[in-house]
Formats: sequence, C-alpha cells, structure tokens
Amino acid sequence: MTVIDAPPAQVPDELTPQRGRWHRVRPFLPLVALAVLAILPYSTISLPGIFEGPVNSPGTLQLLAICLIFGGLAAGYDLLFGRTGMLSFGHALYFAAGVYGTDILVTRAGLPLWQAALLTITGGTILAALLGAVALRTVGIAFAMVTLAFAQVGAILVARDFGGLTGGEEGLPLDVSGLPAGLVGVTNTVNLYWLALAYLTLVVFVVHRVSGSPTGRVLAGLRDDERRIGVLGLDPYRYKLVAFTLAGGLASAGGVVYVLIVGGASPHITSSELTLSLLVMVVLGGPGTRWGPVLGGVLYMYLDHRLTAFGTSDAVDNLPAILSRPLSQPLFVLGTVFILAVYFFPGGLTSLAPRLSHLTRSLRPPR
Amino acid sequence: MGTVILLALTGLGLAALYFLVASGLSLVFGLADVLNFAHGLFLGVGAYGTWWAAGNLPGAGPDGFGFVFAVAFGVAAGTLVAILVELVLIRPLYSRTIEQVLVTVGLSLAGVALLQATWGADARPFPRPDWTRQVTGILGAQVPNGGLLLIIAAVLVLGAILAFLRWTRYGLVIRAGVENREMVTALGIDVRKAFTLVFAIGGAAAALAGALGGVYFGTVSPGQGGSLLIFAFIVVVIGGMGSVVGSAYAAVVVGLVQQFVNYYGTSGLGDICVVGLLAVVLLLRPQGIAGKVATA
Repeated sequence: MTVIDAPPAQVPDELTPQRGRWHRVRPFLPLVALAVLAILPYSTISLPGIFEGPVNSPGTLQLLAICLIFGGLAAGYDLLFGRTGMLSFGHALYFAAGVYGTDILVTRAGLPLWQAALLTITGGTILAALLGAVALRTVGIAFAMVTLAFAQVGAILVARDFGGLTGGEEGLPLDVSGLPAGLVGVTNTVNLYWLALAYLTLVVFVVHRVSGSPTGRVLAGLRDDERRIGVLGLDPYRYKLVAFTLAGGLASAGGVVYVLIVGGASPHITSSELTLSLLVMVVLGGPGTRWGPVLGGVLYMYLDHRLTAFGTSDAVDNLPAILSRPLSQPLFVLGTVFILAVYFFPGGLTSLAPRLSHLTRSLRPPR
Repeated sequence: MGTVILLALTGLGLAALYFLVASGLSLVFGLADVLNFAHGLFLGVGAYGTWWAAGNLPGAGPDGFGFVFAVAFGVAAGTLVAILVELVLIRPLYSRTIEQVLVTVGLSLAGVALLQATWGADARPFPRPDWTRQVTGILGAQVPNGGLLLIIAAVLVLGAILAFLRWTRYGLVIRAGVENREMVTALGIDVRKAFTLVFAIGGAAAALAGALGGVYFGTVSPGQGGSLLIFAFIVVVIGGMGSVVGSAYAAVVVGLVQQFVNYYGTSGLGDICVVGLLAVVLLLRPQGIAGKVATA
C-alpha cells in the first residue's frame, strides 16, 4: 500500500480571515500583560477615581490581588459552565473549603502553611470528586439544584459552628504566628499580590491546556450535544466528573490564596450568592472564551468594591432618594447590568470587540 | 407524646411553607424548563406587600378582615410582579433556557438589593393578628396558630391547583405541556399564555407563602426568600420536577425530617439530613419520588 501525500487544498482568499497588523504580536500579548502586572507594584502612579491611593499602596494592592483571585476563580468556573456546559450552583463550596480548610488547619491545628495548603487542596479535590459523583447522576437544571443543595450544607456547617471550628457568624481570623514572615503584615502585601497573580496564571494555564487537549474537545462536545459523545462510545459521566473535580481543586487552591490575602475566613463566602456572582462574572466576560471569564471576574470584583464607595459618595447622595437608594446597593447595579448583558451582548465583553469592528467597518467607505 | 405532636405539627407548618414555594417552582420548571431564581423575590414582594398594606392601606390592618385584605394585597402584588417578570424578561428569550435562568439569577440579585435599599437590611416586625400569636391545644400539645394557618392554606392551595389542573381547559394545556411541550405547540395551542398563567399561579403561591411565613416567623427581611428557596429547590428535586403532588409529598417529608432532627439532634443537623436525604433519593431514584424516567 502506498501512501500518497496529497497537497493541501487551496483555501480561497476570501475565506481566509483578514489579519490585522496585530497578528504577529497577539500571541505574546498575554505575556506582556503578565509582565506589566508583575512589575505593577513598583510603580507609584496614583490614578485618582480609579484607586484610592497610589498603585503600590497596600490597600490598592490588596484590592488588585482580590480581583486577580476572582479572575482565576471565574476562569476555573468557566471550565464547568462555558466549556462543558454544566450549570453548577455550588462552586462556592470548594472555594470555601479552601478558605476554611487552610484557616482551620493553621489556626486550630497549628500546622505549617505549606502542609495546611497541601492537605486543603487535596481535601477540596476529593470533596469535589465525591459530591460530583452524586450530583452528576442528574443533568441540566436538576444538577444545578443538587449542587446548590450541597453547597448549602457547607454554609450551614460554617454558620452553625459545629465543634467550634469555624467561629460561626463571626468568622475565623487567621493565626499569623506560624506563617512565613514574607506573607504577614501590611508591608508584605506585595508578596500576596504576586501570589494571587501566580494563582491566576496557574488557573489560566491549566484551563487552556485542558481545553486545548483531546479531553477539552470531548468537554466541548458535551456542551454542544451530550448524546453525540455517548454515541461515540465515550462515557460522558466520567469526563464531566474529571472537569468537575479539576474545577473544584482549582477553586480550593484559590481559597488558600484568598485566606492569606484577607487574613481570615468569614461565612459570607459560603453563600450561594458567591456562586451566582461567579456565574455573573463568566457571563459578563464571555463564557467559553479565552480571556472573557478572567476579565469578567476582575471587573466584577473591582466594581463590587468601587460601587460601594461610589454609592456612599456625594454625587449619589445628592440624587433624589428614589435613585440614590438603589444605586447605593452594588448588587442592584451589578444585577441590572447582568440582565442587560444577557439581552444585549450575549457573548459578554469579549464579543464587543468583533461587534465594534463590524460597526466601524460598515461605517468606513468601501475600498 | 405532646412533644412529638407539637414537632409533627410545626414540621407540617414548615412543610406547608415549602410546598407553597415549591409548587410554583415545580410547575414553572415542568412547563417552561426554567429554574426560577427570582421565585424568592416573589415571596419577598408578597411579604413586604402585606407588611406595607397593613401599615399604610386604608381598611387594611393587622386584625380581622383588615388582615385578609392586607394578605390579598400582598398576594396581588406578588402575582403582578410574577406576570411582569414573565412578560418582560422571560418571554423575549423563549426556549433559550440557559439565558432565561441567567436573567432570573440577575433579577434575584437586583430584586433583593432593591428590597434592601427600600426597607433596609434588618428584619422588621410583621403585623400579625392577635389570634395567630396564641396556641391551640391538640392532643396535649400547645400548637402555635400561625403554623396551623399555614397548613390550612397549603392544603387549600394544593386542592385548588389540582382542581384547576384537572378540570379546566388551561389546566389540561399545562398538564399536556409538562408532558411534551413540542407536541402541544404542534397542535396549534399557544403555550405562551400557559407560561404566563403558570408564572402567575407560582407567584401568587409564593407571595402567599411570604405573607403567611411573615406570620409564622413574626418578622420580614429581604433575605428570607433566598434561604427558603434553597429548601424549596430540594423539595422540587426530591418530589420530581413538574409534579405538584410529588412536591407535596416531598415537602411533608422534608419538613418533618428537618423539625425532628433539629430537635432531637443538634440545631442545624436537620438541614444537613435533608440534603443527605436528597443525595439518597438521587442515588436510588434520580427522577424523584413522582418523576417519570427521563427519556432524553
């Protein structure tokens, strides 16, 4: 048998996408962004209106670090929602497992940080695997409800303070005496910022590697048509469980970094509202896209923090009560923006660029 | 003995509350495939509507017919909001289920924030009629009247919904639509009207749950709907989606388990047992108590 190397078929010119000036630079843009973010703490620029203090002040760095963590969390959640089509409403549970697990092991059990972190991430991953194995027996909306119910158990466990471990409503401040010196204190916020950046980079790397791999193709296939994957002889259940476990493990790793940045655990991170926020971040950014969820997560957290300041500012206070009261609630503004986004730009932020370019092209005179 | 009866009746009161929320959720889900996160908002509107009417509306008040009038106002407000939500937000996204769910998620965040912006985050005392503060002796147990009121209301609502589904033309359309929506549409029947109707029924039941839940708990707060909604979701899944009777059975089981375990075990353990029950039901019978085997 001879193998004939057929020449590749010619693609007509009009079918090849037009490449802009940027196509050579584009693959390196994430690296450039990473470098800019990494050296950001060295700058002392102050951006009035955007941040309260100069960029390298601890307050600003902490806000940025939280934004980066949530960018990573949203990217991990998108592995479920945007890339596999699983609508989980219990993702906050694995994040909270990371936060409370680390906090309890360090503060109550007195373990060194690296052991606590390792144990917590392993535990969070196993928890995701076990609960996913049960929840994935249902599909679609029932799956959403079941994951929500499981996450609710976590919220109850934390709030009722079983065994006096979690501190109940008051939360559990992190005992810093056993931590490495470089991660403690206001002057070391910059190290925590770099840790958050490293977490974001890790999540983005893992998610992109997985979605580019053959497994990622199967996951995309599950999103588009689950029966087709079954017909191909692959087991949808197993692939979905892999995605669920991986996303759970990434979320608990995020919790480990978050507890260091915030310096403790508080019960509101176990609430279903956090998962709903993750969903809002992903949809605002653009589900299933390369950078959408990260952008959505960063932007959402930034707005959530800044809208509180905006809501109590004079400009809002001077408005009539009927306007100023809703505007002082960040969730009202974000929820409304979210509803409008679902209607008017379904692909999220990342779909805005191609849409705008369509618009500019149609406005430009024909060549 | 008295304790057991008291626990059983308060458990049934809780079950009644769950059923009122879950019946609408289940119908909406069965017909339109929408998991309605804004259902807790309807409950909040019902509760705050009743609270507002009792204080501000002429003729309404915390006693006698004034209270009935106040509850009617709350239920009407909840129903109106539900109908508006369906017409304005859900209908333009017809048969795009994920988007519909996302819109209700956004609405649940924004709506609760709006309630909080208007009336504050703190719980407010609910205007209850004097007789609901009293207790009735049943077989040696002193049962609060607020719980009994809820049980009676839930039984009446269950009867009304079943009668509506069984004996009216729209009930037939809804039952058929839950079975197979494509077929009903293919017969030339406008399912969209049935959607609005189902949202209205669900909104009314949830608003009633809000008003009577205010009597049961004695307070009203913006977050009340959200925490009840999660247990209502559990009731819907255990009962089998789209089945009102299944929701009723599941609500009774969930309410009793929660009440008894919370009393005889630690507080909070009952809530966890309910989720354990959910896991067991899913492992043994993924379609729920009254659900049919999924075909797709």
